[in-house]
Amino acid sequence: MSNLILPPGITRRGVLKGATAMAAAGLILPATMQRARAEPKKGGVFRLGIGHGSTTDTYDPGLWDQLYVQTFAAARHNYLIEIAADGTLVGEIAESWESPDGSTWIFKIREGVSFHSGKPLTVDDVIASLNHHRGDASTSAVKSYFDPVTDIKADGGNVVVTLNAPNADFPYLMSDYHLAIMPGTDGKIDVTSPDGAGGYIVESYEPGVQATLNRNPNYWKSDRAHFDQLVLLTIIDPAARLNALMTNEVDTIDQVDPASIGLLESRGVANILSISGNAHYTFPMDARMAPFSDNNVRLALKYAFDRQELVDKILAGHGSVSNDNPIGPANRYFFAGLEPKSYDPDKAKFHLKEAGMDTLEVTVSAANAAFNGAVDAAVLMSEKAAAAGITITVDRVPDDGYWDNIWLKKPFCASYWGGRPTEDQMFTTAYQGGGAWNESFWSNTRFDELLVAARSELDEAKRRAMYEEMQQLVSFEGSSIIPMYNNYVMAVSKAIATPEKIGNNWNLDGFRCVERWWMA
Amino acid sequence: MNAILAMIGRRLLMGLLTLFVISVVIFGATELLPGDLARELLGQSATEETLAALREQLGLNDPAPVRYWNWLTGVLQGDLGVSMATKKPISELVGTRLENTMFLALYAAAMSVPLSLMLGVLAALWRNSIFDRASNSLALTAISFPEFFVAYILILWLSQSGFFPSMVRITPATTFGDMLYMCFLPALTLTLVVTAHMMRMTRAAIINLLASPYIEMARLKGMAPLRVVLRHAVPNALAPIINVVALNLAYLITGVVVVEVVFVYPGLGQLMVDAVTNRDVPVVQAIALIFAAAYVLLNLIADVLSTISNPRLMHQR
Repeated sequence: MSNLILPPGITRRGVLKGATAMAAAGLILPATMQRARAEPKKGGVFRLGIGHGSTTDTYDPGLWDQLYVQTFAAARHNYLIEIAADGTLVGEIAESWESPDGSTWIFKIREGVSFHSGKPLTVDDVIASLNHHRGDASTSAVKSYFDPVTDIKADGGNVVVTLNAPNADFPYLMSDYHLAIMPGTDGKIDVTSPDGAGGYIVESYEPGVQATLNRNPNYWKSDRAHFDQLVLLTIIDPAARLNALMTNEVDTIDQVDPASIGLLESRGVANILSISGNAHYTFPMDARMAPFSDNNVRLALKYAFDRQELVDKILAGHGSVSNDNPIGPANRYFFAGLEPKSYDPDKAKFHLKEAGMDTLEVTVSAANAAFNGAVDAAVLMSEKAAAAGITITVDRVPDDGYWDNIWLKKPFCASYWGGRPTEDQMFTTAYQGGGAWNESFWSNTRFDELLVAARSELDEAKRRAMYEEMQQLVSFEGSSIIPMYNNYVMAVSKAIATPEKIGNNWNLDGFRCVERWWMA
Repeated sequence: MNAILAMIGRRLLMGLLTLFVISVVIFGATELLPGDLARELLGQSATEETLAALREQLGLNDPAPVRYWNWLTGVLQGDLGVSMATKKPISELVGTRLENTMFLALYAAAMSVPLSLMLGVLAALWRNSIFDRASNSLALTAISFPEFFVAYILILWLSQSGFFPSMVRITPATTFGDMLYMCFLPALTLTLVVTAHMMRMTRAAIINLLASPYIEMARLKGMAPLRVVLRHAVPNALAPIINVVALNLAYLITGVVVVEVVFVYPGLGQLMVDAVTNRDVPVVQAIALIFAAAYVLLNLIADVLSTISNPRLMHQR
């Protein structure tokens, strides 16, 4: 791989060194499962029950937004670049990539890969797939990734992407789950077709119900896609999902309700995989509006509740405390040296005084649509905040229409983020001043300067220093309360074997469980 | 005979008018839902630009009366329209779901109707006996529990011990026998939920009649009690029984979303909930219309049957 300028991905030591508090996080595997781990075995049917999926799901990559379509896409599509289980970048459709200056990126397209239809994958298909997310007419959710892209063109067997400014993390963006490589005709992809270059071919698909896929016999990766058949089921109801696993109707379920983890373990039918990633829950406060426009008020709120209590009660321990930091322990430049914020009513009172107040009354809008347990979390915060003279009224709002009427509209509400592979992506998405998804409407000149500078900084040490300063800024001056990182919790039947290292960039082994796992 | 046909014709016209009114209500109600499809499709990741682009594509910018008119004329031509989210014809989307819903409803009806009629007749025959009290209290207990509770109890007893599957997975390869086996628990749940209503109505209607002079006469002639009930009481009690059966059948078609969720059954109810949360308005409207039509049609059938069962209504002057 001629990928010289990129720093290596996170190493195990890096994670451990930086995060003693997170030592318990990471991979918790029962001993039985480790014994079962041998050479991957071919064959079998893998039935996966996912708590997402809707009749309105489509094959249009620009609209993918939840775990069902993400996993389904990973089963039938390949991407330019894959994020390996250890966090490093691995070439998929792109055999290798390089950049002379950080703003021109050259991806060498792998030869000998063909789509399920038999059509060989060419440079033009890659360009059509990327262009689907680019331009004014695009409805893609990742349109903004392509705003800095000035040109995408073919150069022999290479695809050359030109940016208007250097971005050292650009290959990470190309691993985004929206950017599936699909066959193109006249420069356009067919968004109604499931045809892809991935390990499984779609046999039948009923949106919101189930999909059946068979192994692609011509898959170019010989050490992947071990199952003969995949059945991906939508089981929205958490209790029904658990039932399906216990009665052996499915082999794996995602999003196990924290309250039932203990019960499931005691039944001994499945192993619990609890993976700490970068996903986190947030309570954004509108920084443009009083009282949140005063950083002292924001700090008072940050010291006025018990983070560990939330981890224990809301996540049943399957998560870790976050120091109002959207960069998680799985990120490369995670700043473990941030001064921790404990529950400290006196400090909260002190900051209220600084803001010229004795008491504070705020209302937080919460619904479980934001995250499971959001309302309970808000109530816990409100209980603890009372000691600091802060009255938090919890306004329980309907799940339906939450992202429409509450999020980005109410001054103080609950939200969540799935975590992003790079610091730049996370900060640009949700913390850059004026950003479309900047949920707290926070704007900090120094932060925005650093963000642009760090993006094109090629010196590793300088870059780290910049990202650490930015985390410091978000944590102590930012306008989002980020109490915790939530683990990805899955329950896997004993009939399924998993690799030693499970990807933590996204849920379900970075959506890749379908091709990385096998029958025990 | 002509009188019946005329009555059916009149009823059908009334039914159509009802459906028209319902269609206006449905459209108005879906307009009141906060947010729109574009917003729901893009979810948390929506930006103003992508929203505008998607709204333009989906034709959400037309005023409401225009959209209503387009929809109504389409429906009248048998075209339910196209799902906004998936761009698939709604008839295709609804087709298999409707089949599934009808299957489950008929399955549950095939179990619950004979069961409740039988229990009702026997309870009336042996009223105030142990049997009467036991069947009454059992049926009432079953109806008093929420459906999901009944469903989970059945899963606990019958599914975790391995007798029946806890979820329904229908594939093209599923045979009718498999369907009966897989759908047993949902059908049983529904049976437990609707039996009490029909059974108690049957019992009450028959007991009501047992006090009439002509029943007294039949008894005085020395007729066996069972024959008195079946031959003389039941035919006269048919009208209320038919009505309550029709009402319960309509419920089985339209009101089983909770059972569908618990057993992961791909029926119309789940599709509708899904469509509502996604603001896929044409699908919501189509399903609401189907549900309304089911109610109207079943009530019509009930009316006609109870008229036929009652000669006094047939020969009115």
